[in-house]
Amino acid sequence: MTTIKSREKCVPDTAERLDLPDVGEWKRVSPRYVVVETVGTIVFGLVLAAAAAALWLIVDVPWALYVIGAIVLITGATVAFEPRRVRAIGYQLRRDDLLFRRGIMFTRFVSVPYGRMQLVDITRGPIARWLGLADLKFVTAAASSGVLIPGLAEADAETLRDRLVELAESRRAGL
Amino acid sequence: MTTLADGEWHRLHPASPLLRGGIFIVAVLGFIIANLRERLVDIFFGVPRYSGDPIEAIFERGAVGWALLAVAGVLLVILAVFYLSWRMHTFRVTGEVVEVRSGMLFRSNRRARLDRIQGVNIVRPFIPRLIGAAKLEVSVAGQDANVQLAYLGSTLADQLRRDILRLASGLRQQAVSGPEARIASVGMFPEAAASEGAFPGASAPDGAFPAAIPAASGRGVVADRARDFFAPALDPDAAPPESVVRIPLGRLIGSVVFSGFTVFVVLAGIALIVSVTAGGSDWLLVAFIPTLIASVSFYFTRVTKSLRYSIAGTPDGVRVGFGLLTTSNETLPPGRIHAIGVSQPLLWRPFGWWQVRINTAGHSSTQGAAGEANTTTLPVGTLADVARVLELILPGFDSAEQQTLIERGLRSKGGDDGFTNAPRRAAWLHPFSWRRIGYTVSDGIALLRRGVISRELVLVPLARLQSVAISQGPVTRMLRLASARLHTVAGPVSAELGVVDAAEVLVFFGRISSGAISSAQADTSHHWNQPSQDQPSQDQPSQDQPNVNQPNGVIE
Repeated sequence: MTTIKSREKCVPDTAERLDLPDVGEWKRVSPRYVVVETVGTIVFGLVLAAAAAALWLIVDVPWALYVIGAIVLITGATVAFEPRRVRAIGYQLRRDDLLFRRGIMFTRFVSVPYGRMQLVDITRGPIARWLGLADLKFVTAAASSGVLIPGLAEADAETLRDRLVELAESRRAGL
Repeated sequence: MTTLADGEWHRLHPASPLLRGGIFIVAVLGFIIANLRERLVDIFFGVPRYSGDPIEAIFERGAVGWALLAVAGVLLVILAVFYLSWRMHTFRVTGEVVEVRSGMLFRSNRRARLDRIQGVNIVRPFIPRLIGAAKLEVSVAGQDANVQLAYLGSTLADQLRRDILRLASGLRQQAVSGPEARIASVGMFPEAAASEGAFPGASAPDGAFPAAIPAASGRGVVADRARDFFAPALDPDAAPPESVVRIPLGRLIGSVVFSGFTVFVVLAGIALIVSVTAGGSDWLLVAFIPTLIASVSFYFTRVTKSLRYSIAGTPDGVRVGFGLLTTSNETLPPGRIHAIGVSQPLLWRPFGWWQVRINTAGHSSTQGAAGEANTTTLPVGTLADVARVLELILPGFDSAEQQTLIERGLRSKGGDDGFTNAPRRAAWLHPFSWRRIGYTVSDGIALLRRGVISRELVLVPLARLQSVAISQGPVTRMLRLASARLHTVAGPVSAELGVVDAAEVLVFFGRISSGAISSAQADTSHHWNQPSQDQPSQDQPSQDQPNVNQPNGVIE
């Protein structure tokens, strides 16, 4: 749970990046989550590259080689920015709502009142489980809310879940 | 006054299995007709037949007795199955829940909490309508989560809806009391078959007539049915008549003709004519004719489904009805509407027509006006009609200032008019509509305005808002813009602002998120008529109910 130290310049910054003024300290997800994301990205890149390689070797399409190059390049760039993207994920429990943020290039802030909670989901992928991490999903009646806090330490995820349920219970509203 | 909402178990209309099993019966009839078609042709048209059919074979083998026995056996089995499925299908309405038990081998039991009701819909498909039956559907939030009562007697369905809504509204002391009500509704029970002679007869007022098969009682019932059939979709006593919006036939046809589909048909026609005159490929013309016929039937169904549209405010919510042959009539209690979109396609602009659509959490499985899902509250209407509809579905949002806001939200070209608009640099992304893209919040309702070619105004009651998000991508960041979105339950209305000033969007986020919290706390619409003693009474309601010790009653 570290805080963002400075605004590195990995995105051409012609204008101020969107940020909420005077909110409290953001809680961050575990730095180990970088591993989960990196492995996911590399596996995805490998699958794409394998498909392109098959195209090149079996069907004999010459431009597939360039495609492989592009895939490798993009995967590399994504992996390079992974730590920063993970550091950009944050959440805080305010008095009446859950505030969630993520993304550097595409920034997104969401506020969900606790009373709107329909259920809280905790999921663990294979790599996350190996690292002792879990994802927590806050589900409302709107499919587009999409509040998914990834990479929480398992104990943290469970405490957070119980806390959210308790908060939702005390602020229960109709649908 | 009969009622089905007395907490006892009741049965459906005796013809229900027949009406619900309609497809099965059609299939059996089809099978029989296909096997005997030559004989039928012979009987009806006198065309002599040449080959044998099953009946002939039976005669030749001398198995007439066996065949008759088999037919009788099959009929008996069908009757027994129908009777059993009718016997086993029971429902009850208590002060807390609507509950349905059904099924013979696989029993199912479905229970819906009254304070979670999203809407009550009464559908009268054409055939059941002829014999005076109606389907009542209680929608609650969720996929396939509706409680269906198919079928009930037509007037009983109307009454049951009134009772369900009254119970749900929190005014439970009026729930009709006690055993005498049960005697009056005895027509719903199988014993009624024996005691039918004791009934006041067909001349009794509609309300007292039980859900029996009408053929049994002769002419009076036919007249009753005819009256039902031609009666206006709304009971004039139940709704203040001045609040009803009606759509003239001409406007309805116009609205269907001036739709995107027509543009498509016209373009296809032009392309066809060009290709035929230039290339001379005639077969295209042949291919086009079925499409033409299909489009005519498309227009026809669109018009007939929206015919006899009506909307009215009742104490228990907004009632929207429509349909010519199959009618449907839905009541939406207050506070069940999550977003409202008022829009105007380009082709409608010369006429000044608008359409109102809504997002609700419960979805009736039956189709709504104009063949769309049941989310179109006003298929087509003038500005005055829109104002009246909004007054109904957003009660209390009708001060002069708010009406000006709505009017500006619909027609204004932009500028400083109470809305916070996008800055000039948004023209890079929205070259035509940037002036109009803006928002405002008034009295717990967020108004989002957008679109200049096809104009649109979205109203979101903040008490129903699920969450709010703002986001920024590389392009919007370069222009110092951002986009914002209000998340509501799924539906045709999306509450989204494509561009907002990057500084303003933070104000927007703060206003909406704090507004959502405070509106939700002040909101009491799940028990909309409850006298303002806070909610605790909701926890121990079974005490003032008449049905505490019913036979199967399991009160939680």
